[in-house]
Amino acid sequence: MSDTAASDDGEAAVDAEEVRHVADLARVRLDDDEVDEFAAQFGDILEYFDALDEVPETEREEDLVNVMRPDEIEEGLSQEAALANAEETEDGFFVGPKVS
Amino acid sequence: MAADINAFVTEATIEGDADAESPLADATVAVKDNISTAGIRTTCGSEMLADYVPPYSATVVDRLTEAGATVVGKTNMDEFGMGTTTETSAFGPTRNPVDTDRVPGGSSGGSAAAVAAGEADVALGSDTGGSVRCPAAFCGVVGIKPTYGLVSRYGLIAYANSLEQIGPIAGTVEEAAAALDVIAGDDPNDGTTRDLREVDGADPSTSYAAAADGDVAGMTVGIPTELFEGADERVVETVEAAIADLEAQGAETTEISLPSVEHAVQAYYVIAMAEASSNLARFDGVRYGHRSESDGNWNESFAETREEGFGAEVKRRILLGTYALSAGYHDKYYDKAQDARAWVRRDFEEAFDDVDVVASPTMPVLPFELGESLDDPLRMYLADANTTPANLANLPAISVPAGEADGLPVGLQLVGPKFGEAAIVRAASAVEDR
Repeated sequence: MSDTAASDDGEAAVDAEEVRHVADLARVRLDDDEVDEFAAQFGDILEYFDALDEVPETEREEDLVNVMRPDEIEEGLSQEAALANAEETEDGFFVGPKVS
Repeated sequence: MAADINAFVTEATIEGDADAESPLADATVAVKDNISTAGIRTTCGSEMLADYVPPYSATVVDRLTEAGATVVGKTNMDEFGMGTTTETSAFGPTRNPVDTDRVPGGSSGGSAAAVAAGEADVALGSDTGGSVRCPAAFCGVVGIKPTYGLVSRYGLIAYANSLEQIGPIAGTVEEAAAALDVIAGDDPNDGTTRDLREVDGADPSTSYAAAADGDVAGMTVGIPTELFEGADERVVETVEAAIADLEAQGAETTEISLPSVEHAVQAYYVIAMAEASSNLARFDGVRYGHRSESDGNWNESFAETREEGFGAEVKRRILLGTYALSAGYHDKYYDKAQDARAWVRRDFEEAFDDVDVVASPTMPVLPFELGESLDDPLRMYLADANTTPANLANLPAISVPAGEADGLPVGLQLVGPKFGEAAIVRAASAVEDR
């Protein structure tokens, strides 16, 4: 991400390589047409987001309270219900893709 | 009509409690398809969840059926709530019952269209950046986005947790408020819900439906110039006429300024996309949802599953969210968006020192024609200029029909102080009465 290409007006633009890199990070495969389309659209959208630079630093006070309940065992989903939507299961476990 | 407008993804019934006595007893309810219904598929308008059948129902669904309402189906929506037109659904677009060449708004477009077409008395939507209010405005019905924490999100399939609330859509302010009475209230299954008995200034015994009394005498309505500038002239004229009627009924109006809202759309999209990129990481095809036939490794299989299961707008938001959170860009985008969010919140807090509610057009535009904005995501995002501030500031907001322009519905939005639902319901009922 450090090799951000600069467009003519000096604003950060997004090139196809960068779209591919982010798609890789997000585990979303894209075809070449989608990469080109996204590169053009992301340029416009990120340029619009750049106006956030004008926002003053603002104090952010969060009024947080602890909402955790005591750790007492409650009824949850049965194993059968938890597995019901999985594409592949074995002996009561989810089966994932191979690791490598 | 049903087939024409495509309001429902799934038509299925959950019977309400026949012995219940409530204003919703015997009412029919349409539920947005990102709200879980036990035993009835819940798709989020996505290929990814086309066959997903939740093992439990959302708290709001249980509360409705316990109050005697009968669920009649699951409504169409922009995929995972990401859109302003209900055109990004994997199940085809919903059409606006008022003009079937136009979009119903989004993302809860199926819910608003079902109510407008008389296919349900009440509907539930979810509002992350305007997704209840926009379709209510475009279809000429009423939609309420509650204060963050008033309504349980348990069973709502998350898009951007810090912004979204489930809210009712109905033909009248009183009906929408009655539905809010039923679904509101704290829930041990959602740690962000608040017990109104513990909230300063809130009245836990409030009936929102009873607040729909049209009595605005002495109420002060703030008019923020920023939310009128740049809006379609026909929309502005219609909304200004409705506000003039409020004055005639005894309300006072005063111009206010909310300079922060100029940055609301930017802040909203950065935060929503960032949260989406994290929330939607769970869709990997292992525990539920679509799974590709990939014979690649773990990472390749996930990437192919997500390529096949997600549509373009969802991919766009996941990628932009990942980008905005990535090293080197986090400070520039995400941190600044959080500053803007705090600024919007402060602006509204200061405004509510002087006014009871804030009025504006709900949408700065009339309903788009089908297909009009699909290829230009930024143009679609900009249509959310007036609705996103309430989500950023966690505030309650309602859209109520203000009249028509060129035969198309125009919505007036009222925003209230935190847990000030009664005030916006009261003001909206006066708009409706005129």
